[in-house]
Amino acid sequence: MLRIVTAVVARDLRLAMRRQADIVSALFFFIIVVSLFPLGIGPEPDLLRKLAPGVLWVAALLATMLSLPRLFADDHRDGTLEQLALAPHPLGLVVTGKVIAHWLVSGLPLAVLAPVLGLQFDLSTEALVVLTASILIGTPALSGIGGIGAALTLGLRGGGVLLSLLVLPLYIPVLIFGAGAVDATVSGLGGEAHLSLLAALTLAALGFAPWAAAAALRIALE
Amino acid sequence: MLEADNLECVRGERRLFAGVGFRLEGGELLYLQGRNGAGKTSLLRMLIGLLPPEAGEIRWRGVPIRQAGDDFRAELCYLGHLNAIKEELTPLENLLAAARLADEELSEDEVLDALEQVGLAGREDLACKYLSQGQKRRVALARLVKERRPLWVLDEPFVALDVAAVDWLAGLISAHLQRGGLAVMTTHQAVAIPAGTVRELRLS
Repeated sequence: MLRIVTAVVARDLRLAMRRQADIVSALFFFIIVVSLFPLGIGPEPDLLRKLAPGVLWVAALLATMLSLPRLFADDHRDGTLEQLALAPHPLGLVVTGKVIAHWLVSGLPLAVLAPVLGLQFDLSTEALVVLTASILIGTPALSGIGGIGAALTLGLRGGGVLLSLLVLPLYIPVLIFGAGAVDATVSGLGGEAHLSLLAALTLAALGFAPWAAAAALRIALE
Repeated sequence: MLEADNLECVRGERRLFAGVGFRLEGGELLYLQGRNGAGKTSLLRMLIGLLPPEAGEIRWRGVPIRQAGDDFRAELCYLGHLNAIKEELTPLENLLAAARLADEELSEDEVLDALEQVGLAGREDLACKYLSQGQKRRVALARLVKERRPLWVLDEPFVALDVAAVDWLAGLISAHLQRGGLAVMTTHQAVAIPAGTVRELRLS
């Protein structure tokens, strides 16, 4: 069971390494969007500190969205998705592997960049740590939920826009608890409660989303 | 081993075929024939379980394939009209990845041997995007060289191949039938398969 997941993760990571432009462009998008705010608002530390969690989290959501349309589309186009669906394993496990690989190349780098970008907003060390933790814990949920949207819009013309409309509302809970954790830390309340809820969301998304996405893929393959 | 009963296929609003059935035992090959749009590919996709039939049932070793699920897929090898190879990966990586995903034990030497048989020796470390159409097809077909699963379902396997490669593939299918395997395939070219019993099914 674990073997199929690792096989899919290894394959997708190798593919991602051969197509680094995709990863790099999503990261630069994240960096630029986040950096535009301090430049636009000007040197007002109090305001920036207030805006920071929301800005970083919204930018993280959008950066994750960028690579979602290709999650299954490439495999669908060259026929590998059929072969994955015909592997002697539940399709949900294959999708789990793809979601994990997506997180490793799109979510994990965001968590690495977040504390550096957070400095532009004059966040305290404690807030930066919580921000990194919240992005690290929350982004797997984004990849999981996004997987459902990517599977549902597979093969549709203009699927990219539809995918955003479908998935972004579902990202709201992750956004609220992710940004909330940093807010709570800044205001001295402590972000543990938010982080626990975020972890619960991620676990639920990783447990259920791949199976929902697998069901959608079976329909797309008919 | 493979039985189909009274299959019906509806795509969009149109009924492509109805009442299609056959029985296939080990060592037998089924040639699906019919004009373009007759539903050959749809029938193949029903046989591998990707497309649920509108009516009728498909059984593998007496068990409906929907129920057999993973057990059925573990004995099935499907080659579609898409090559299912990744442009960014080399032929070697493609075949190794495909084998791992299908849960097959395949060593690097075996893959290199398969690639040599399809005439891609020396190209195994070149990304597939630099290969020609025919060469990409050969990478896809190289999967069949070491394939020991009993049921092969092949959609237009001879397309984009030169004369020598067509003979080679016909030999490969014959060897598969001689081992007691089954094969179902569609083709527009009349290719003689030297061994095994050949049955024909015409969709109209």
